[in-house]
This record gives sequence, structure tokens and C-alpha cells, in this order.
Amino acid sequence: MYQAIVFLPLIGAIIGGFVSLIGANSVRRAELAEAGGHGHGHHGHDHVHLVEQPQDPTMGHDAHADAHDDHGHGDHDDHDSHGPMQPVAPGARAVELITTGFMVVAAVLSWVAFFQHGLGEHEAERVQILRWMTSGALEVDWALRIDTLTVVMLVVVNTVSTLVHLYSIGYMHEDPQRPRFFTYLSLFTFAMLMLVTSDNLVQMFFGWEGVGLASYLLIGFWYTKPSAVAAAIKAFVVNRVGDFGFALGIFGVFVLFGTVSFDTIFADAPGKADATMAFLGWPQASAMTVLCLLLFMGAMGKSAQFLLHTWLPDAMEGPTPVSALIHAATMVTAGVFMVARLSPLFELSHTALEVVIFFGATTAFFAATVGLVQNDIKRVIAYSTCSQLGYMFVALGTGAYSAGIFHLFTHAFFKALLFLGAGSVIHAMHHEQDMRKMGGIRRLIPATYWMMLIGTVALTGLGIPMTIIGTAGFFSKDAIIESAFVSHASMSTYAFILLVIAAGFTSFYSWRLVFMTFHGTPRASFETMKHVHESPMVMLVPLFVLAAGALLAGLLFHDAFIGEHYAEFWKGVLAGGAEPEILEHMHHAPAWVKSSPFVMMALGFVVSYWFYIKDPQLPVQLARRHDVLYRFLLNKWYFDELYDFLLVRPAKRLGHFLWKTGDGKIIDGLGPDGVSARVIDVTRGVVRLQTGYVYHYAFAMLIGVAALFTWFMLGGVH
Amino acid sequence: MNGQFFADLAPALPEMLLAGGALLMVLVGAIGGDRSSGLINVLAAILLLAAGAALVTASPETKVLFNGAFTWDAYARFLKVLVIGGALIALIMSFDYLRHEKLQRFEYAILVVLSTTGMLIMISASDLIALYLGFELQSLALYVIAAIHRDNLRSTEAGLKYFVLGALSSGMLLYGCSLIYGYAGTISFAGIAQSVQAGNAPTGLIFGLVFLFAGLAFKVSAVPFHMWTPDVYEGAPTPVTAFFAAAPKVAAMSVFVRVAIDAFPNILDQWRQIIVFISIASMMLGAFAAIGQSNIKRLLAYSSIGNVGYILVGLSAGTSNGVQSVLIYLTVYVIMTLGCFAVVLCMRTKDGRLVENVDDLAGLARTQPLMGFVMAMMMFSLAGIPPLAGFFAKFYVFLAAIEAQLYWLAVIGVVTSVVGAFYYLRIVKIIYFDEATIEFQRMPFELKAIIALTGAFVLFYFIFPAPMVAVAGAAANSLF
Repeated sequence: MYQAIVFLPLIGAIIGGFVSLIGANSVRRAELAEAGGHGHGHHGHDHVHLVEQPQDPTMGHDAHADAHDDHGHGDHDDHDSHGPMQPVAPGARAVELITTGFMVVAAVLSWVAFFQHGLGEHEAERVQILRWMTSGALEVDWALRIDTLTVVMLVVVNTVSTLVHLYSIGYMHEDPQRPRFFTYLSLFTFAMLMLVTSDNLVQMFFGWEGVGLASYLLIGFWYTKPSAVAAAIKAFVVNRVGDFGFALGIFGVFVLFGTVSFDTIFADAPGKADATMAFLGWPQASAMTVLCLLLFMGAMGKSAQFLLHTWLPDAMEGPTPVSALIHAATMVTAGVFMVARLSPLFELSHTALEVVIFFGATTAFFAATVGLVQNDIKRVIAYSTCSQLGYMFVALGTGAYSAGIFHLFTHAFFKALLFLGAGSVIHAMHHEQDMRKMGGIRRLIPATYWMMLIGTVALTGLGIPMTIIGTAGFFSKDAIIESAFVSHASMSTYAFILLVIAAGFTSFYSWRLVFMTFHGTPRASFETMKHVHESPMVMLVPLFVLAAGALLAGLLFHDAFIGEHYAEFWKGVLAGGAEPEILEHMHHAPAWVKSSPFVMMALGFVVSYWFYIKDPQLPVQLARRHDVLYRFLLNKWYFDELYDFLLVRPAKRLGHFLWKTGDGKIIDGLGPDGVSARVIDVTRGVVRLQTGYVYHYAFAMLIGVAALFTWFMLGGVH
Repeated sequence: MNGQFFADLAPALPEMLLAGGALLMVLVGAIGGDRSSGLINVLAAILLLAAGAALVTASPETKVLFNGAFTWDAYARFLKVLVIGGALIALIMSFDYLRHEKLQRFEYAILVVLSTTGMLIMISASDLIALYLGFELQSLALYVIAAIHRDNLRSTEAGLKYFVLGALSSGMLLYGCSLIYGYAGTISFAGIAQSVQAGNAPTGLIFGLVFLFAGLAFKVSAVPFHMWTPDVYEGAPTPVTAFFAAAPKVAAMSVFVRVAIDAFPNILDQWRQIIVFISIASMMLGAFAAIGQSNIKRLLAYSSIGNVGYILVGLSAGTSNGVQSVLIYLTVYVIMTLGCFAVVLCMRTKDGRLVENVDDLAGLARTQPLMGFVMAMMMFSLAGIPPLAGFFAKFYVFLAAIEAQLYWLAVIGVVTSVVGAFYYLRIVKIIYFDEATIEFQRMPFELKAIIALTGAFVLFYFIFPAPMVAVAGAAANSLF
């Protein structure tokens, strides 16, 4: 069963890949045949072809296609649109059905596994598939490690992935390259499953890089769009920084433990708590701290934590379902999963946990502030994701690993819901993503509106404090804030204050999004408003499912994840024993702490309502009055500019220097070019010797003989 | 006159066969005139084949004839087979050319046979008189065939230049021989080797050695005695050039090796200096000067000068391995050269003109795929790119030099072969990447066969290198 869960998406991806390749081939052949047949007339024909083609592959219904061409899209070319102009690849429908079908099976099976392992009695198990490599003491297997943490991730990944597959059938239905899209989606899912089921660090790294690759491919899915390609490269490169740390961490683990297998590492870890290793000229570094920080560096890259976060907002260049699946619900949580999986190691290094809290809290606050002023609907949600990931890390850092995973679990539902809902809005608005050009469309797309509303209340954590009535975010986010309060870590106060403020910000920007998009007077053109339409059922059904999850996931599972049934549910997978102290403390947190998130949420809502419904001029004036602050936030704390100045430009300059001066002038100049120029000179001289006169030739012969004589008379060996 | 007498003469059978056959052909020619040239061509080819067959079947046991003037050994057999093979293929290559250019003179084939006879005598020569005799016999014939196209200015110029400079070199050689005789008191190689002892070689004898080597260096076209080569290669009719490049060079090199090893084994250090000097000069000049050439025959002339330099690297080692490497190099070189000239002979435009510019090969890979491919392989091989035969030839030569601790020589050799690779690869580039400007006629059958066979050898030598290495090794050992 577990093999089926993991490998069905791979089979789907392989089939999809073949169909894409064959399709691309046949399309190219058709083009070539056409080019040959039309000869010189081809150019003109091509032009006609372009006009006939719908401008946007992902654009609304066919019925509206003719109207779209009239008002054009020149003013927002950089948005979610404009794929390559190609005829539809054959086999698209088949690939959609195959990959989605496989995903449905995998999702159903993972729920079965969840009930068996999490809620049921099944013990953790290990499914050996193949021996991967044996080299000296290094032995690495392909194996599936099935325990509660894994099945939680299986459920999250497969459920969201299935829904996104389904949703994409509607969302992408005009894209000519659908087979490639679904192939990538399934490939991503497979890699993510390899990651979460990994039994050792190397296999985890395989999945880690696999999801990175899929993310790169999907961000750059519309590869004719320069901004998408740039974003894809940025994501890839920034992740390399984190992966560098992760890889070093794996090497360090192997040095310290002599193995990369989790079972052995966890068993040996307590004995190595006081081990030291030399690192970067620091001879007596605590081995655990060094390893955990290196591994956390990998987590920071993948989970877009402060300093390595810059790629995530740009990743929104990818198609919206991709944002929902990869850049909200699953891949970006891989860092959280990794820390939770390695919690027996992190538990041994308080320094590392402090660092995790610091970065988590900073990210949560930082991303929330930036989210306050963004105008692109997807970017707001992207910063929200970044912020929520910070929450998860704070929970991990305080030792409340289960709270972090619980937030991961609930977040997957409501964040995927928000993204897919945003996709539905974008779909309805003809690929408009700027919220300043939306407004007043709640009656036109009521289903989407209600779903977005559910996502928003789940994210902001609506619920009645100190009861068990509330949305998903209410349970998980509030638990994290409590954990920050009760933790004994020196960073905990810092974290608590930032998280509470961030909760208010979260509420503000979430409601701001809803108000700006759905309420008020329409700011879009009349033409656009006329064609605003509700999405088809194939896109709405996933929204309904996710909305149910967003409303109920907290209520149903909080007992298991962080409540009374903690021990039976987790079965000792996470560090901290059967009854972690911190969970106990969380239950006994003061009432003002427990209600603080609610107060902040209400405050955020009120301010947002006031700003965007009651007095829409106020935020404009506020922004004008605090121009510096507003620009600071709008430009995301100038991180992109800073990195550009500190890293990108110097690297570019260095590259330019090495290219022009180093390679061009020095190596080529002294090497190939210089030598060849000298060779030509010599050649010219030698050729001139060949005059054609016999007496010159005879002279040369005699000179040669004379030279040899001279040599023997003066210096030669006798 | 009894059976024993003839049996004793058996090792000289090929020479006698060729000499007698040549006289017979002269008779046929005198009676039949130029109309009999076709018949004489065929007769000459059969004669060369017969001589070759006699060589191959003879036992390689060492025998000395004519009072020590003539030596038959494995070394002689190896080189004689090579010379006769080269001459035969060059002769076959000329048939189509002579027909096209209306050069059907019966003297041509007879002169080729006579020249070959001279070469065989050179290869077996083991005293100075026999050496000079063979040397002059082949040279005189060559002077004439260089100018065989006597209505063509360039051909006559080539013949004349070759004759004048050849006479000069013969003079030097003869002068050297007399000096050596004067100081050693004998003309036989074995005798010279006995009388010249290491450490006390008189300067006069060294001078004689220098003169002798100068004369031989002229024949192998080593720098600075090479000046005739580009002009003669370019001016002479192409099949004649092919013959020049293949046969006489092998014969002259074999004499070079035999004199150095057999007659002066005790003053290796002295003659090695000469060889190293002309070897380096040849390698460098061959590499640099060829870059400036646009005529393919001239380019191949410089290429041959460079290759002689590499062969001399093997000789300068002065060891059995060195001689073995020389023999392997010579074999590979002869085959590569014949292949190249066969391609050059196929560069005949549709209107029957023979073009010989490097640029005329442009786009050959598309217009004549086989020809283009083989030419490219020849060039790669000449440049010494593995796994082609030319790589192994160079490899053995440099290996021998390194074993003899001539490290600098090997380094210079490698560097010059890198420089030389430029012009070889340029031809490959022209063949494969430039736009075709000229379309060539269909290749005549015999040239096609030669191109295919030489191409196959160059391409597949690396699969079965052992037999030739073993034979060459045995031949080299018979000298020591």
C-alpha cells in the first residue's frame, strides 16, 4: 500500500512525460511540415495564426474569447498569463485523467494509512525497497519509514495534490502544454512523498532536491515569460544556499554517527549530546549545535525563512495551482517537517532551538508587515505563507513539535484554499492580480467569495477563546502563541510579542484582501466587470473540500495532535517523551495569553474594516504621511535591493571581470590568441625563407653543414 | 655456375628481377613506342608484385652477399616490402592521371621500376660503394620522372631544381664517404664500426659523418636540406609526388638508420647531436611553415618534412626500440601519405581540371562523403589524434626518445605536433563546415579502393596493432 502511495504519482509523471515528449515531437513535426509546405508565405500565415489564437492560454471560457482580444492585456503583461503560443499538445485529456486518477487513489490510501497509524494502533514500520548504495561504511537504502509524522504528511501532500490536480483541469484548460504541467505536478508529488517517507538523510536529500527541481520547473512553466524564468532561477539559486547547509549537515551527521539512517541516529543521539567537533576554525564546537544549525540552514532555504525568504514571493510567477500546492501547502513546509523529523537531534541543542525560535519569530513578524501593503493578491497570500511558516518554526523551537506540525496540517488546508480561491478570482477577473483593480465582485462570484471568507477566518484563527469552538487556525496558531509564552527559552518573550503582533497584522491583511477584492465599489473596467464569471465546478469542488478542512481540521484533530491523545497519536515519534512538559504548560497558560490572539484578530478586523469599507481614503493618506515606512514595507524591507547590491552585483562584476579580463584578456590573450598570433608570425617568416631560387636552397644546405661543423669544432661532444 | 651459386644469390632476387624486367620493358617500349605504355604499366605492376612476392616468401635469415656489400636481414625485408608496396600503389595511382593528362609515355613505369631497384639496393647496402650506387640509381631515375611532364613549366622546373640540388647533395655524400674511408681505412660498415672507437674519433671522420648525413638528410628532406621539397612536391605531377613521398623517403631513411647503427655504433653521442638538431629543425619548420600553405601538395610537403623530424626522433634514441618506432612510423606514414595523395588525385572537377587548393576541399563531406571522411581521418591521424594509426606512430617514437632520456626532444616533438594539429584540423573544418564550391568527378575505381583501404588501416589499426609491432620489432633487432 505504501509503495502504491509513493510510486503512483511517479508512474503518472512518467506516463505524462512520455505523452508530453511525443506530443511536442508531433507538434514540431507538424510545424516543420507546415513551414516547408508554405515556403516564403509562412511568415504571413504565422501572423494570422497568432491573431486567431486566444491571447492567454489560461484565460476564461471560450465564449468570451472574442471579447478578450478587444480590450487586450497589454497593461498587465507581467501577470499570470501569456504562455507560449502553441497548438494544444495531443493527449492532454488523457494525461489529466491518468495523473489525477492516480492521485485520487494515492490520497485515499494515505487517509487509510492515517487512520491506521495515527488514529489506529499500527506501530511505526519500515518498508525496504532497494539497497541504494554501499561504499565503505556508508550504506544507504531506498526505504519507506511509515510512522505518524509520515502519515500526517502523506495526508497533507496527497490530499492537497489531488485537489490541485483536479482544480488545474479547470484552471489550465486553455493552456496548450497541459501534459507537461500535469507531469510536473505528479513529479513534484512523488518527490515530496520520497521526502516525507524517507528513512535516511540521503533519501530525504533526494526528495528535497526533487521538490526543488519540480518547483523550479513549475515556477518557470511559462518559460517564454522572462519574469517567470527569473523567478525560477532565483528560487533555485536561493535554495542552493540552504541546500549547501543541509548537505554539510548530512556529512556532519555521517562523521559523527557513521550512518545516515534515522533509526540508528536517533538511538545514538543521546550519547553524543556532549560530543564536539572542529568547525570553521572553532575547535571545540558542540557537535549537535553545529549539525542542527547546518540542517536548519537547509530548512530555512526550503521554508523561506528570514534572509532566505526572497524567492517565495517571486515564485508566484508560476501558475496559481502551483502556488497553492508547492509554495503554500507542501514543499515550503518541508523545512518544518525536517526539523520535526530530526527533533531528537534538535532537542539536544538548546542553542539551535533558540536560533530556530529567533528566525521563526522574525520571519512571522517581518512577512506580516510586508503583507500589510502588498497589492498583488497572490503576493499577499505568499507573504502570509512566509509568516505562518515562521509560526511553525517558533513552535518547533520551543519544543512543541506537535504544535508546529499541527499548524502545518491545518495551514495546508486554509492556505491552499486561499490560493485556489485567489486563482478563482484571477480566473474570473481575466488574469487581473492587482487588488486595486478589483472590488465589489462578491455578488458576481458568490461561491468563491464564501470560500475565501472561510479561508480568511481559518487563517486569522476565528474561534471562541478557551472553548473548543473555532476554525482550524484558531487551534493551531493559538497553541503556538501559547507555547512561545510558556517556553523557558531566552528567545521566548521576543517570540511571543512578535507573534501576537503578527497575529493582528495577519488579521488586518487577510481582511484587507477580502474587502479590497470583494467589497466596495468596482474599480475594474466596465468591460472586465461585464465578463466576471464564476469558475466551473471542477475548480469549485476542491475549494469546498478544502473549506471543510479549514473549518473542521482543528476541531477534529487538535486532541490527537496537541491534546489529550498526544501519546497514542504520536507514539513517540517526536522528541520530548510521551507527555511533553511544554504541552502541559500550554494548557495552563494565563487567560490573557489565551485570549490575546483573539483580541489581536478582532483588532485587525476592525482596523481593516475601518480602512477599507468605512473610510477608503484613510490608508492612502496614512501612506502619504508615513511615506518612508510605507515604501520600506512596500519594497519588502528592501531585501531584494540589498541582496542585489551585496551579492548579485558583486557576483556579476566578478563574473564579468573573470570573463572579460581573466578569460578574455589574460587566458585568451596570452594563451590561445597570443600563441596563435605568434605562430602566424613565425609562419610568415618561415614561408618567406622559401624563395624559389636554387642558389638560396643550396646556400641553406651549405650553411647547415657549416653550422654542424662549427658545432663539432667548438662545443660538441667528441 | 652451379645451383649453389644461384641459391647464394637468392636474397638479391628482387633486385635482379626488377633490373632484368626493366631492361625487358625498355625493349618493349623501344619497339612499341608510347602506344605500348599501357602494356608496360601493367608489366611494371606485375614485376613489382612479383618482386614483392619474392620478398615476402624469402626467409628472414641474415645473409651477406657480394663480399659484404649486400646484406639481407629482417630489417631489409621489412623496408623492401614497404618500398615496393609504396611504389606499386603510387604506380597504380598514376594510371588514371596519366590517361587524363595525356602523359602516356612508356618511360614512366620503367623509371619507377629502376628507381625502386636503386632503393632496394640502398636498403641492403652494407658498404659505402653499394650505398652510393643504389643512391645514384634511384636519384637519376627520380630526376627524370620529376620532369616527366616536360611541356609543363613547373614540372620541368621541379625536375631541374631537384637535379641540381640532388647533385650537390650527392657530392656531399661522396665527399663524406671518402673522408670516412680515409680515416677508417675501410668502406664496409662492419669494418668502420670496428675501427672507430668511442672517445677518440678523429675530427676528420666526424666531418665525413656530417657530409654523409647531409647527403642522406637531403633525400629524406630534413631541415636544412629540405628546401627542394615544397617546390618539387608542388611542381611534379601529383602521382610522381605521391611516389616521392612514399618510396624514396623510406629507402633513404633505412640507409640513414643502417649507417648510423651499423657503421657508427660507438660514436652514438656524436651522431645523435646531428640527428637531434635536424630533427628539431624539421619538426618546427614542418609545423610552422605548413600553416601558411594554401596548396595541398605544398602543405603535404611541409607535413612530410615535419614527419621526417618525428622519425628522426626515433632514430636519435639509437636503441632497438627507437629503430622499431622508426619502422612503425614509416609504415603508418607511407599509408597515410598514399591515402592523402589518392584524395588529392580525386580532386578533379567536372570539366576535367585537377585542382589542388586546400579551399577546393570545402564541403567535401557532403559532395563526396567517403572521400571527405577518409581525408578527415587522414588529417586527424597525421595530427596524432587517438585512436588513429598516426597517434600510435607518434607515441612509439616519443616513447623511444623518453626511454633514451631525450626528454626535451620528446617535449618539443609534442609541442610541434600541437602546432601542426592546427593545419590538419583546419582541413577537417574546411571539409566538414565550409560551403561546397566545386563538385568533383566520380572517383576512379583504383583510387577509391586505395582511399578505402588506407582509410580502413588508419581507422582500425588500433584493433590489431600487435602483428606489425612484432614484425617491426624483429626487423629492428636484426640490426643490433
